[in-house]
Amino acid sequence: MQVLLFTILTLCALGILSAVILYFVAQKFRVEEDPRIDEVEKMLPGANCGGCGFAGCRGMADALVKQDDISNLFCPVGGGDCMKAIASYLGKAAAEKQPEVATVRCGGTCEKRPRTNEYNGARSCAVAASLYVGETGCAYGCLGFGDCVAACTFDAIRMNPQTGLPEVDPDKCTACGACVKACPKKIIELRKKWPKNRAVYVSCVSKDKGAVVMKACKAGCIGCGKCVKVCSFGAIIVENNLAYIDPQKCKLCRKCVNECPTGAIRLVGMDPLPKEPKTPAAPKAAPAAEKSAAVKSAPVAAKAETVKAAAAAPATEKPAATQTPSKES
Amino acid sequence: MKTFPMGGVHPSENKLSSAKPIEVLPLPEVVNVPLAQHIGAPAVAKVAKGDKVLAGQLIAEAGSFMSANIHAPVSGTVTAVDLVPNGQGLRQMMITIKREGDEWAEGIDRSETLVRECTLSSQEIIARIKEAGIVGMGGATFPTHVKLSIPAGKKAECVIINGVECEPYLTSDHRMMLEHGEEIVVGVTILMKAVGVERAYIGIENNKPDAIAHLTQIAASYPGVEVVPLKVRYPQGGEKQLIAAVTGRQVPPPPALPIDVGAVVCNVSTTYAVYRAVQKRMPLVERVVTVTGKSLKEPRNLLTRMGTPVATLLEAAGGLPDAVCKVINGGPMMGRAMVDLASPVTKGCSGITVMTGRDAERRTASQCIKCAKCVAACPMGLEPYYLSKMTQKKRWDEVEASMITSCIECGCCQSTCPAYLPLLDWVRLGKQTVMGIIRSRAAAGAPKK
Repeated sequence: MQVLLFTILTLCALGILSAVILYFVAQKFRVEEDPRIDEVEKMLPGANCGGCGFAGCRGMADALVKQDDISNLFCPVGGGDCMKAIASYLGKAAAEKQPEVATVRCGGTCEKRPRTNEYNGARSCAVAASLYVGETGCAYGCLGFGDCVAACTFDAIRMNPQTGLPEVDPDKCTACGACVKACPKKIIELRKKWPKNRAVYVSCVSKDKGAVVMKACKAGCIGCGKCVKVCSFGAIIVENNLAYIDPQKCKLCRKCVNECPTGAIRLVGMDPLPKEPKTPAAPKAAPAAEKSAAVKSAPVAAKAETVKAAAAAPATEKPAATQTPSKES
Repeated sequence: MKTFPMGGVHPSENKLSSAKPIEVLPLPEVVNVPLAQHIGAPAVAKVAKGDKVLAGQLIAEAGSFMSANIHAPVSGTVTAVDLVPNGQGLRQMMITIKREGDEWAEGIDRSETLVRECTLSSQEIIARIKEAGIVGMGGATFPTHVKLSIPAGKKAECVIINGVECEPYLTSDHRMMLEHGEEIVVGVTILMKAVGVERAYIGIENNKPDAIAHLTQIAASYPGVEVVPLKVRYPQGGEKQLIAAVTGRQVPPPPALPIDVGAVVCNVSTTYAVYRAVQKRMPLVERVVTVTGKSLKEPRNLLTRMGTPVATLLEAAGGLPDAVCKVINGGPMMGRAMVDLASPVTKGCSGITVMTGRDAERRTASQCIKCAKCVAACPMGLEPYYLSKMTQKKRWDEVEASMITSCIECGCCQSTCPAYLPLLDWVRLGKQTVMGIIRSRAAAGAPKK
């Protein structure tokens, strides 16, 4: 009994002694830290995604408190509201940024962009891109191994098994840019987020000439420039055989969508424009007929020749090409 | 018998075409000549669409010191200088020539007569090699004139000729040694003169006893040239492994080069090209390519002009089998699978291997069981499982510290892995990324100085 008592008393004495020592040590070596850092960290979303450029939210909070000018710091996850709240708490001017959303600029679905070979190396876009062109004939398009999906910490990107392309859930996407960095083909772009998730964008990044694009993919931009002519806001430029819609200038008028012969300009969240409101021109009857007629029309006659030649070519060349590489599924 | 000290594997040799003499492939109608057939800066095109060119004429000039000239492999008209898909489907600048007859540029001696005497000085020899656009023909395509220009403060002690051909299936170097042995040995003496050394070793694996016997007999009348038979082991043809096997010296990790241990290594086909360039003024416009595979009707060794479409070579070997197959530019260990058979033969293409069925497939990968077979197999003493894992985690500082840049991409780790993990795929990606980081660091550091 006595042994038990002594044991308990000794342990208690040791505990109290340690507590006293620890208290004085903690006082002596205390690190003075701005308490506002903790507060700011609480106000940040706490996703630790790295979208701001810091390793985590703590690093961002530290920088927000310590830097006088915080206009170059922005949390893409929290967005403008979060930044405003933090700025008013700290008494500094917040950076203003419009909301953005990750946009996958490739329309080469399994059906539009046939596979020419089968890859059986490591299942990673980065590895495949370091080795060769990919499973299809397009050197610019999505490889489909999902590096962007693996990079997303918000579960906002999923591979669609039907199309073989990644799809972004605009409600979950925080525009942290992790997928943009992960994509070796630079297909994903952060574009302006419109209300109701509306968007008009060129769903292709191929810089190949029109004929080469047509050979590899039926949904690619051939750089014909029809969209540039029809745009009233000067929002579209064609460079290196590729059209690009500037999201800052675009007003979502949707004229270019109807004009695109390959359907490379993608329309999201809206109905297409009604067919030709002004002059009832004869060839513009149905969208499908309009597309085929558009390719043959005069302004692009020279290009149409090459386009047709390319469209005819795969029929003869494909079998050899299909058989060639790796093994076929 | 000599070999390198660590790692290595011995895949089944499958030298199907070793008894087939070198045959001349009929001239192609159209050739695509890439401007980048070597390591370093791409060559700069000297011709434009519509120009008439003669075979052996300079059509693209070296873009910098670390680059190589390119000559027209056939005579005809240039029809385009444009981006064309290469074997991997990636767009590359190429000069397209439509062949018309077979007219050669002046001053090139195409006769087979042997010219032993070489009275040129070291500088003149290197100048002729540079002029002829010779690069390492074993696959690495390192410009030969760069290799022979010994940097100040360093001294070559011996020339090592690589007749190892450790890659399974390939036999082009083997046939070169048997059919052009005398020329190769003369080429060796030229290389010795170019770098100013008295000794040369020709390393040959002992699965080629006929080549060893043939070259030993020829080398007997050339002082300083010695044939070294080597134990069969892959990747003995790697530059560093060959130096270790022949001289017993270890090349330190990058950025050290073989010259740091006093060795200059050249492949036998390159040596033959050097002989032809120096003695006959023949630029590098043709090479022997092994077209092989168990499913091919007739594996062959074909003397092919550069720029010939790979499909033409396969046709000459009896055509592709009906079954689904994998066409590899190079051998099965280090070659790269091709997706475009219209792509051309280049200076570094020693073979075209066709694999079918089980050989062409990779098995399903499972988990790493840390058996360390890859570590035992790595001829550079690296830890492939670790490098692969750290690359997947994007821990670039870690992989750099683990000497990923020493990797020679031989594929021993991947071929030996019982879990069928794609180790080399990841390590290669890690190596590329780290090299990029090192380059950008050097670029950022340079202006400050």
